[in-house]
This record gives sequence, structure tokens and C-alpha cells, in this order.
Amino acid sequence: MKEILGTTGLIFNEPLLWEKGKKGRSGFSLPRRDVEKHPVDKQLGGPGPDFPDLSEVEVVRHFIRLSQWNFSVDSGMYPLGSCTMKYNPKTNERQAARSGFAQAHPLLPQHLSQGTLKLMYDLEQYLNEITGMDATSLQPAAGAHGELTGMLLFYAYHKSQGAPRSKIIVPDTAHGTNPASAALCGYRSVPVKSNERGVLSPQAVGDIMDTDTAGIMVTNPNTLGLFEENIKAISEIVHAKGGLVYGDGANMNAIMGIVNMGELGIDVLHLNLHKTFSSPHGGGGPGAGPVCVRKHLEPFLPVPRVIKQKERYALSEDFPETIGKIHAFYGNVGVMIRSYSYILSMGPEDLKKASQLAVLNAAYIKDQLKGTFHLPYDRPCMHECVFSDKLQEPYKVTTLDIVKRLMDYGFHPPTIYFPLVVPGAIMIEPTETESKEDIDLFIESMQAIAKEAKENPELLHAAPRKTKRRRLDETAAARKPCLTG
Amino acid sequence: MKELNELNFPDDVRYAESHEWARLEGDKLKVGISDYAQDQLGDIVFVELPEVGDTFGKGEEFGTVESVKAVSELYMPVAGEVVAINDTLEDAPEKVNNSPYSDGWMLEIKADDASKIGDLMDNNVYLNSLKG
Repeated sequence: MKEILGTTGLIFNEPLLWEKGKKGRSGFSLPRRDVEKHPVDKQLGGPGPDFPDLSEVEVVRHFIRLSQWNFSVDSGMYPLGSCTMKYNPKTNERQAARSGFAQAHPLLPQHLSQGTLKLMYDLEQYLNEITGMDATSLQPAAGAHGELTGMLLFYAYHKSQGAPRSKIIVPDTAHGTNPASAALCGYRSVPVKSNERGVLSPQAVGDIMDTDTAGIMVTNPNTLGLFEENIKAISEIVHAKGGLVYGDGANMNAIMGIVNMGELGIDVLHLNLHKTFSSPHGGGGPGAGPVCVRKHLEPFLPVPRVIKQKERYALSEDFPETIGKIHAFYGNVGVMIRSYSYILSMGPEDLKKASQLAVLNAAYIKDQLKGTFHLPYDRPCMHECVFSDKLQEPYKVTTLDIVKRLMDYGFHPPTIYFPLVVPGAIMIEPTETESKEDIDLFIESMQAIAKEAKENPELLHAAPRKTKRRRLDETAAARKPCLTG
Repeated sequence: MKELNELNFPDDVRYAESHEWARLEGDKLKVGISDYAQDQLGDIVFVELPEVGDTFGKGEEFGTVESVKAVSELYMPVAGEVVAINDTLEDAPEKVNNSPYSDGWMLEIKADDASKIGDLMDNNVYLNSLKG
């Protein structure tokens, strides 16, 4: 192996801002008063907030030091399966920071917001084209919000047919938020098991699909990183009983520009702009989870919708069957701008290539690490692959130990213990942007860790050793959380 | 995680396939999860139990148990009405890890038919099922 990435270096301690500074210190000066002095009503005054007194350099060093404790996709590979931490091209940030976008107020009149409205309108059209769906709402703020919107659309559709239904089928390889979204909308989720190939069988769905079931939520590719190969047959079974098919498109980065979701029989699909379309992800957002629908569900989409009248764009609430508003104003517009920038800078051919490379990279890792780590479903994978700690069991080394050790090698740990269908799951998603050299280094690091597990398991039990903070006591953090700083 | 021979499977309780146990105590049944289940889950940080007076059929979900790894459902081993819950688990969920068959009990139930406990596995059959 080449020199490993992870190393130790000088890391600075840094206290809370409130423990720094000195009374009277300040990082800025107010501009000279250029109006007459005017007394302020005493009732408006008060002691003021408890802010620390700091100089500029103290503030800058504070945040730079904190950032050096951190790990980000800008510092290294972040192979977090199911969460798609892909690199975010910096041009996206430049476009979103253009003053015309960044300084636009959401209450500006429509005739002064034509650029933003056009961008939203065009982005909806692009997403329709990429997914093969007919209409899109950009309002939902994240994937799970998109799911909830999708469930509200299901409900509105069945209600318009005169017969609301009470159940939703959710496979055990769906995203964990799916049953929660269904429940939030008042549906009871009915679990269905994947088969021995790690995918849904049409028969398993046929056995439980009935006329009180509103539909099914399918994550495709699923959380094992496998393509739901029976999706068309499953859609037919669900449609035949009057149900609808929800596609959780959080893993769309494996198939964009390749699979037409509409043709698979998907009625509602959500996308994660902050995953597939490269706007920043993690740290709590903001995200965007647009919902794309087929024609028969378009009347129910959230309002206001951007419409085009001749060459002008406008916001319209004139959709009587709409489920209403699901976000303040129009959704997270800043995220839309970044994804619009990504789509335009990539173009149709390169978007397709991004999916192909994401799949190729995952398949390469799966193939190289097969045998070193247990591979429960040994089949062609899509954008992510799932191993387990079964081969390390004799050495009393668990998935948690393995990935903590990976931190010492300079990589962010992958997703672990998910999906639940694989005990001790290690779910790796390299994404399309990692180079062959970096992926090889990752593979070699994983191989070296497997060797350590056999020869010196203590190294793994004590990992990480090179990070600012050693292994955290997750149990104490969960049982007795300290939430006050 | 431990080897099977390091785990404890007492013979005074009966076991469900979903890893709950039930023990006849007078005319009531005590319910909890097995040593294998707590070991697989790892450190338990939260146990969500039903209300006293709730009734469940056999195999119905009566609560959830959350560990640092995952949230898992708890299933009723025998149909019946909940007459008591172990509310000390709220502040000390680690009891399920430390003593799954005693202090870590979860429910006391009045079974619809207490003899149905006979449908559950004894410790030998359960152990064999774990060996697969």
C-alpha cells in the first residue's frame, strides 16, 4: 500500500466562544452616525443578549480550529451508503451566490422575479425529462418531506376516486423513513420481506395487495444497492387492485438518464437534490426533495406552482384539487439553483455517465473486498454494496470496530448496521467522483484492517487512535444525553 | 458479541421465535427478551412499552427496544392483557442487558389462555434454533 492517508498532527484545543475574549473587545466598528441623534423608547431597550466580546482573529481561529477537527467530503472519501455524500462542484456555489439570486426576497413581486421563476420552471422540466415523469413540485424540503408529500398525493387521489384506503406496503429493503412517512399521513404500513436474492418478489406483493391498500413504497435501487428487477410486474399487481406505486428516488444517482421511472409504473417519485444532484448534504441541510408525478396525479401537486404564460412566468394557486402548501414560500430555492447549475454543467450525456461511474466504482469495491469481508448478496450491485462483519466474528471484532479503525486510515466510516436485513451491515457508497487511486487506497485500507482484525484485534477495539476525540461512549450519550453544552 | 455457549438460557421460561421469553408466575405471565436478543442488539438505550390495560394478540407488536445499533420491534409471545409494565426500564434500560430474565423483564400479562405458553420453545429447542 502507498502511504496511508490518516496521520496524526498538531490539533488545537479550542474552548467555547463564551470562554474566550475580554470585555470591550470587538471585531468591527460601526459606521459614523450620519443622522441626528434620536432618543429610543426605554421599553425597547434592555440588557442585550449575552454575546462574548471577541476580536476578528479570535472568531476566525475559533471556527478554523473547529473545522480541523472535522471530516468532510472536501477533505477525503466519504463512502456513506444510502446517504450519497458526493462531491459538490464549486461552480454550484458561485451560481447560487449571484446577487440576483442570493438577494432576492421571497415577497418580491413576480414581475421582478422572472429569473428565479424561470429557473424553477426549467428545473421542473429537466427533472421530468430525467425521470420520465410528467410533472414536478420543487417544494418539499428533503427526502422524507417528499415521501410525506407523496403519501398526501396518494390520499388525495384515492379520495378523489371516492374511496380513501388505509394501508401502505413497505418492503424491508426500503428506506427507514418510508413507514414513518406513511404513518404520519395516517396509513398503516404493512411490511413485506425481500426474497433470498435481496429484492421483492411479485408473489409476496400479490399475497398482501388488496383494495384497502393505497399502494406500495419501493426504494429502487433498494438499500442493499440492488435493482428491484421485478418492479414492472409489481407495479402491474398494485395497479390492478387500484393502488399506486411510490418510488423512493433517493438512490436515483445509480440510474439517472438510464431508467425511465414512469415506464416502470411509478406514479409518484421523489428525488434528493442534495444527493443525486450534488447540492451540499449533511450538517442538517437545507435539502430539497422534489416530487415527480404521472399525469393522473398532477392536479393534486402542492401550490403555488410555477406556470408559463407566453414568455412570462407566474405563480398560480388555481389548482382546486391541490393538497395545498407544504413549505413556506416555494421550497429551498438556494438548493434548486445549485442543482440547476449541476444539471446544466453536466448535460444529458455526463449525467448518465455519472450514474455509470457510481455503479462501476461500487462494483469494483464489491469485487475487490469480496472474500475479505462477507458479502451476503453476491450479485451485481448498483451504486452501493453491503458487506457484513461475519468473517471477523471469530476474532471478536465487530462492524463498529472495523469502521472506527477506518478513521485512522483517513476515511469517513461507511453507513453501518443498516439495512437491518443484514446483521452487522457495512454499506459502502463510493460515488462517481472518487478516482481509481483513491478507491484503491480505500480497498487496501479495508484489507489491512481485516488483517489487523485477525492478528491484532486490540488495535480495532481501541480505534480510532489518531482522531481528536477517541472512541465516544455512544451508550452514555444515548442514555444520559447532555444537551446544554 | 458472545458465543452461544457464553449465553444464558434458563429452563424456567419459554422462548418465541422472535426472541421474547414468557414465564408463568402464579396466574400471570412475565415477558421479556432473551439473553441472545439483548446480546445481538448491544447496549440498549431505550425501551418503549405499552400502557397497562392494552391487549395484544400473539405475534402483535407491543413495543420497541432501541440500542446504539438499531430500533427493533417487540412481539407478544402469548395473547393477553397487559397488567403491569416494568417502568424502571425508563431510567435504567441497561437492566435488559444485565439481567434479561429478572430485573430486565418488560411486561406482566393476563393471558387469554395461559396454557398457550406450551406453544413456545423450551430452552433446548430455542438453543438449537439459534445454532441454525
